Amino acid sequence: MSDSQGTYDVEAVRSRFPIFSREVHGKPLCYLDSGASAQQPDVVIDTVSQLHSDQYSNVHRGVHTLSMESTQLYDGAREKVRAYLNANSLKEIIFTRGATESVNLVAQSYARPKLQAGDEILITHMEHHSNIVPWQLVCEQTGAVLKVVPINDRGELEMDAFYELLSERTKLVGLVHISNALGTVNPIEEVIESAHAKGIPVLVDGAQGAPHAPVDVQALDVDFYVFSGHKLYGPTGIGVLYGKESLLEAMPPYQGGGDMILSVRFEGTEYNTLPYRFEAGTPNISGAVGLGRAIDFVNEIGIEAIAVHEDALVAYATEQLSAIEEVTIIGTAEHRAGLVSFVIEGVHPHDIGTMLDSYGIAIRAGHHCAQPVMERFGIAATARASFGMYSTREEVDRLVDAVKKVIGMFA
Amino acid sequence: MDGMRELYQQVILDHNKNPRNYGAMENPDSFAHGNNPLCGDTIDVFLRIGNGIVEAVQFEGAGCAICTSSASMMTEALTGKSEAEAEALFKSFHHALTDVAEPDDVPLGKLAVLLGVKDYPVRVKCATLAWHTFEAALKRVKNDVSTE
Repeated sequence: MSDSQGTYDVEAVRSRFPIFSREVHGKPLCYLDSGASAQQPDVVIDTVSQLHSDQYSNVHRGVHTLSMESTQLYDGAREKVRAYLNANSLKEIIFTRGATESVNLVAQSYARPKLQAGDEILITHMEHHSNIVPWQLVCEQTGAVLKVVPINDRGELEMDAFYELLSERTKLVGLVHISNALGTVNPIEEVIESAHAKGIPVLVDGAQGAPHAPVDVQALDVDFYVFSGHKLYGPTGIGVLYGKESLLEAMPPYQGGGDMILSVRFEGTEYNTLPYRFEAGTPNISGAVGLGRAIDFVNEIGIEAIAVHEDALVAYATEQLSAIEEVTIIGTAEHRAGLVSFVIEGVHPHDIGTMLDSYGIAIRAGHHCAQPVMERFGIAATARASFGMYSTREEVDRLVDAVKKVIGMFA
Repeated sequence: MDGMRELYQQVILDHNKNPRNYGAMENPDSFAHGNNPLCGDTIDVFLRIGNGIVEAVQFEGAGCAICTSSASMMTEALTGKSEAEAEALFKSFHHALTDVAEPDDVPLGKLAVLLGVKDYPVRVKCATLAWHTFEAALKRVKNDVSTE
């Protein structure tokens, strides 16, 4: 959605999101919490609604019209995801409940059967809890050891330490593409290349990556890439696991049930082919279809254009907030995207959040499910303003004005 | 904005900036640690008890303005109270914040300024954290006594 000069027309983009017609505490909604959940455009809302009113039925094996239509839409959504990630094959796209379930699937189905006592899983200090706890669980189950790459004061990976920690004991590297607490964009290309040089597979948590940067899983040569639909302008309860076909093919099922089988006999069950083998039970049909439409919408705007627009907002917000004496930005990595995390001297982030809400401004205050990051910076919580394709400079101005008022009240 | 003045009254802001009875107590008769896993706030409450009277209460911790001011005001309100009076005040404060009225509730006095938090349900726990921690510390004293 560009105007005649080819510049990004944020108002045109914004007009496609019905939520922005509402007010909060008598003020127009200023939504700076897309990092938690992005809002949904009209086409996603309408597509999901239309599915339910016109086409809805259970998918696969149905011989009636509605089931065939639903199946077509569900499998069509998988193709949209495949194209968005530039995966080689539809067999490599598994629908899950979200990024969290995708990581758990890899931990239990890929890592657990392979791991032996003394083996290592290497993650980083800036992971979301969802890319920490599944590995802790699998380590408890197998006697493997969790190793953590430290981060520096700017919130960047200590790459020297990464190279030292990467050893013949390392069986998998898991790291976040873009940190949800700091905004750091990690050098995933370098990490994947060096891990592969030692024959170690890499899982990338793309929960913040997929909405803010183009992802080409073949160019990256990444082994597993996971993301959630609701951060990519789609519904909640739907997510994606991309896995290389050769790896997925060798993995045992994660859960048993319908759809993941070819035939069931009490003597033994024959599992379905990829990707269905990892999709037990009736899937989240409307979630997948909604996500597919969200991806179409992102493609219409262009993920590169969205990234450029958001980068400018991150730079502007950083500059404006940094100019306030009482404000400290947490996470000052050279490459950042999507958000600005900050603290105000003498004001707890929850008080910031409550007060900004009274101005109609939605931010997130807390540890962002990344307590080790908070600990690393010696704080309990931060206030986080995160952006989406519809975010504007005016919203940043409102944030900055309100932050000054917060300081005025609590100072 | 009026809602904010109602929530963050001057008394609350003052206690937040200059919390009373703040810091660890040497050789307390009891102590408890409280935390709110939702927000990561933590608080330690220290008690000195003599002849069934709360002689001194101190606290230490990192919390929001509601949590800190509630803790600070609690230490002032409880000092000099008997254990029974302290329990009654804890219960009455809790009732008031959760919109429950019981016949034996006692007047809250200065603590009433904290009741603005009722309009912010997610923040009610901030106001009660110190009190629950106090309650835990008090129970510990009683348990110690009862095992003797």
